[in-house]
Amino acid sequence: MIRVENIIKTFGKQEVLKGISFLFEAGKTNLIIGKSGSGKTVLLKILIGLLHPDSGSVWYENNNLTTSTKDQLRQIRLQCGMLFQGNALFDSMTIEENIRFPMDMFSHKTAKEKLHRVNDCLERVSLAGINHKYPSEISGGMQKRVGIARAIVLNPKFLFCDEPNSGLDPKTSITIDNLISSITKENNITTIINTHDMNSVMEIGENICLLDNGYLAWQGQKEMVLSDQSEVLHDFIFASPFLQKLVESAK
Amino acid sequence: MNLQIFTHFGKFILWQKQIFKRPENWSMYYKETLRQMYDIGIGSFPIVFLISIFIGAVTAVQFAYQMAGTLIPRYYIGYIVRDMTIIELAPTITCLVLAGKVGSNMAAELGGMRQKEHIDAMEIMGVNTSTYLILPKLIGSLVMIPVLVCAAAIIGIAGAYLASVPTGFFMDDEFITGLRSFFVPYNVVMMFVKAFVFAYILTSVASYQGYFVRGGSIELGAASTRAVVYSNILILLADYVIALLLTV
Repeated sequence: MIRVENIIKTFGKQEVLKGISFLFEAGKTNLIIGKSGSGKTVLLKILIGLLHPDSGSVWYENNNLTTSTKDQLRQIRLQCGMLFQGNALFDSMTIEENIRFPMDMFSHKTAKEKLHRVNDCLERVSLAGINHKYPSEISGGMQKRVGIARAIVLNPKFLFCDEPNSGLDPKTSITIDNLISSITKENNITTIINTHDMNSVMEIGENICLLDNGYLAWQGQKEMVLSDQSEVLHDFIFASPFLQKLVESAK
Repeated sequence: MNLQIFTHFGKFILWQKQIFKRPENWSMYYKETLRQMYDIGIGSFPIVFLISIFIGAVTAVQFAYQMAGTLIPRYYIGYIVRDMTIIELAPTITCLVLAGKVGSNMAAELGGMRQKEHIDAMEIMGVNTSTYLILPKLIGSLVMIPVLVCAAAIIGIAGAYLASVPTGFFMDDEFITGLRSFFVPYNVVMMFVKAFVFAYILTSVASYQGYFVRGGSIELGAASTRAVVYSNILILLADYVIALLLTV
């Protein structure tokens, strides 16, 4: 699990995060949701140590990320995997080389063992056999899945996903969501997803944190979303006119 | 604005400490260093060849013009071309050109990686990106640029010979006699000192500009330009300082 305590972050005169405290639980898909500009990405970057908070702390189990040295931070990061919004696959490498990269850097496996692990990961994301293609030769949805394969290749304890559904059609989005959810369960990973996709919230939101204007506005599970009376949550969930009409017609 | 120069200078110096860290995996660094050596050395040889041969040729022709009607012995042409090429033209002109070719390439490559979140991705994997991305470039430059400078000196002298002897400006024995006269091996040492210092400057400055780029394609273009401009200014400044330190 990851615990954040009273995180405050300011850029110039703008206070982006105003004292966020939250517990991201292990074995669950934890969602950070909120409107654009609510501070989701800043919180995610603080969680993975790409940004340093002005005050507050981030605890990876018993390790305080915010006070760790660069070498300690590197040790913590060896337990993390991340799926980026733009995939961040290395263009000049094949899919196999992309997935193998963390192993080449940090593991002492033989070439055969590495290939075996790459194939396992590709099979896990239903992309077996595309080892020698380049990222530019596969679709956006496939790139996301390769990103997931690379993120899990070292069996991370913590998985971060930044807008995993951005730019994907609804059907592919569901596939990606289900994939992340099942990987989380299988390996008891602490998964943190930064999203504003309502399908994801309703499908895989086991522990949700809603940010609004830098504050933690609501927290709960997907089952509570529709019944909760929180105005901020209601505004966010039913921002789409289509959903509003759907609810009205259901009523 | 003025304070920003000090901010960047401080950040640049502190960053150097990050670059020289123990590699996570020697074989990955070895492969990357070989790739950089190939890109810098083989990739830059054609432009270095072209520039050196013409600079040597122009130097010889200009000196022939300057010496016409003077009492300076004609064999001095070989001596002057040799020393000018070794001491100044080969290291300085080659590195100024490489700052444009290799430096802008490094800045654009690293800046592109920063913008596509490749550097963040590596950081999150636990890779020390300052070391992994910059150290092989520095080693590649420090090995290959002195080799290129040495090649440039030889090619420059050959260019001077080709421009002056077959065309009839000078006799073959005049040029060769000059080339063999008053040779000071220390000048070659000076050439290599310059080559090492300039290689370090152009690689580290260009890498700094690319590694810390923020924003979009316009900022990336600006960083690439800054990499070339700042490298050139610092190379010329270092050239003057080295000349003072090693000759006065």
